[in-house]
Amino acid sequence: MFNPQAEAMPVAELRKLQGQRLRDLVERAYGHVPFYRARMQEKGVKPEDIRSIDDLARLPFITKADFRDQYPFGMFAVPHREIVRIHASSGTTGKPTVVGYTRNDIENWAECAARSLACGGATADDTVQVAYGYGLFTGGLGMHYGAEKLGAAALPMSAGNTEKQIMLMKDFGVTVLCCTPSYALQVAEVAAQMGVDLMKLPLKSGNFGAEPWTEAMRKHIEELLPLKALDIYGLSEVAGPGVANECLEQNGLHVFEDHFYPEIIDPATGDPLPDGQKGELVFTCLTKEGVPLIRYRTRDITMLMADGPCPCGRTGRRIKRLMGRTDDMLIIRGINVFPSQVEDVLVRIEGVHPQYLIIVDRQGNLDTMEIKVEVTESLFSDEVRKLEALRDKIHHQIKAMLNVSAKITLVEPKTIERTLGKAKRVQDLRKLT
Amino acid sequence: MKVRQISIFLENRSGRLASVLKEVGRAGVNIRALSLADTSDFGILRLIVDDVDKCVKALKDNGHTVSLTEVLAVEVPDHPGGLAGILDVLSGAGLNVEYMYAFVCRATEKAVVVFRFEDSNAALAALKKAGISILPAETVYTL
Ligand SMILES: [Zn+2]
Repeated sequence: MFNPQAEAMPVAELRKLQGQRLRDLVERAYGHVPFYRARMQEKGVKPEDIRSIDDLARLPFITKADFRDQYPFGMFAVPHREIVRIHASSGTTGKPTVVGYTRNDIENWAECAARSLACGGATADDTVQVAYGYGLFTGGLGMHYGAEKLGAAALPMSAGNTEKQIMLMKDFGVTVLCCTPSYALQVAEVAAQMGVDLMKLPLKSGNFGAEPWTEAMRKHIEELLPLKALDIYGLSEVAGPGVANECLEQNGLHVFEDHFYPEIIDPATGDPLPDGQKGELVFTCLTKEGVPLIRYRTRDITMLMADGPCPCGRTGRRIKRLMGRTDDMLIIRGINVFPSQVEDVLVRIEGVHPQYLIIVDRQGNLDTMEIKVEVTESLFSDEVRKLEALRDKIHHQIKAMLNVSAKITLVEPKTIERTLGKAKRVQDLRKLT
Repeated sequence: MKVRQISIFLENRSGRLASVLKEVGRAGVNIRALSLADTSDFGILRLIVDDVDKCVKALKDNGHTVSLTEVLAVEVPDHPGGLAGILDVLSGAGLNVEYMYAFVCRATEKAVVVFRFEDSNAALAALKKAGISILPAETVYTL
């Protein structure tokens, strides 16, 4: 542990600290950011109403759209002379979201990135190859500052130029790799072409993130590289990489809760959900000065794990590997359904990725869900009753998983429309006007 | 002895059966026997043809889900109770019939029944022992 005092703080003490920090945060935001003041006044909440961390739910949410509306500096809470760095997240639609950091913000972020590296066992003795992009994107500089904070040697490679990455990895005896999981696989592929045996290198851990990945990918990476592949989470609005990181247990990502307070809410109603229930991840950045962040909706779907304390000793709660985005969510008869859940069921039944299409419609006042599944050779049986049993099994497991009854229709291969090679997953025929 | 039967998954939509049969014809394959098992949602088309490999290739090239199944073709004795006698033998041996269908052989004008068994080896042995004539695969393909 990089900072045992903070990372293994007894929970009661941690909640007290979070409460104090929340009060300060709300005062700063209310006092210096007109946007927050207006939002809180709209909701009828005053800074003095917030006494402990339990009062958090009284505060309004903010979204990426709010952020964009304040472009470029409307969210800043300090005079410009106190800002020492500006990052911006790539805006796929229109303007980017802009985040300014004070010297303390950079310091706290570096601390959390250092904790993330230490989660994999990294110390001042290590060499950290940072193969995330350096630039407006927070990945590269975030991990770079984290490595330096840890006292390790940061190797600022940025992304790309894979052959050179591999040459230096080998010649410099790199021990920690930071990049996207898909880039880790690319490194392995190129190394094989170059005749470099990565399994002989002293690599020990990797902090992989910035894109969704799976347990299967982790297994694959660990077969090709002699390291523990750990999931790292972060987003520029909150800070950057280092908001949460897996420990060596590889069972969920510890949130560094003394800086980032996580909540899980029902994305449809905004109601907070108990630990162990899946919903939208919301963050409050307790210590942020440049751009205070209160109840920011990340649109990422996960849960706070409810399986007791982690054997590693860290007390920060763990979030599960991300399960999807709220953008993909369907609400059927008031129940939140993600296409990824349907896919999970289908994969578990046959071990393959069948093509499917979810069709949502409304008959009278009732939503209906139909799932079309293409019958591949591995699913096909020559006997009617076996195909009917397959259909019923899918029906039961969908019902058990989603709590929604779906009509399962087995269809011929290649009958589900594909756009650009990718199958369309959802067709919502409801007219809700 | 065992006959290779082709099974094809079909959606229960109008025109699907005709379209599959057209593809088979276009491939120059002759159909010897045919059966369609269907439910309200889907069907399974079972075919016995003269050129199994060519037929499977043509169907797969057209994107169909296809499987091959081993079945037995039994000539039914030309007297009342002929089929019942065969079924008695099977139930006496404790053999399960998954499904069956019949057709009439053009050359001999005799009824032929195609059986799909859970355990076709055991069925083969039991039928032989009872002196029931099983058509060789080659005979069935060229009926
Ligand atoms: Zn842990």
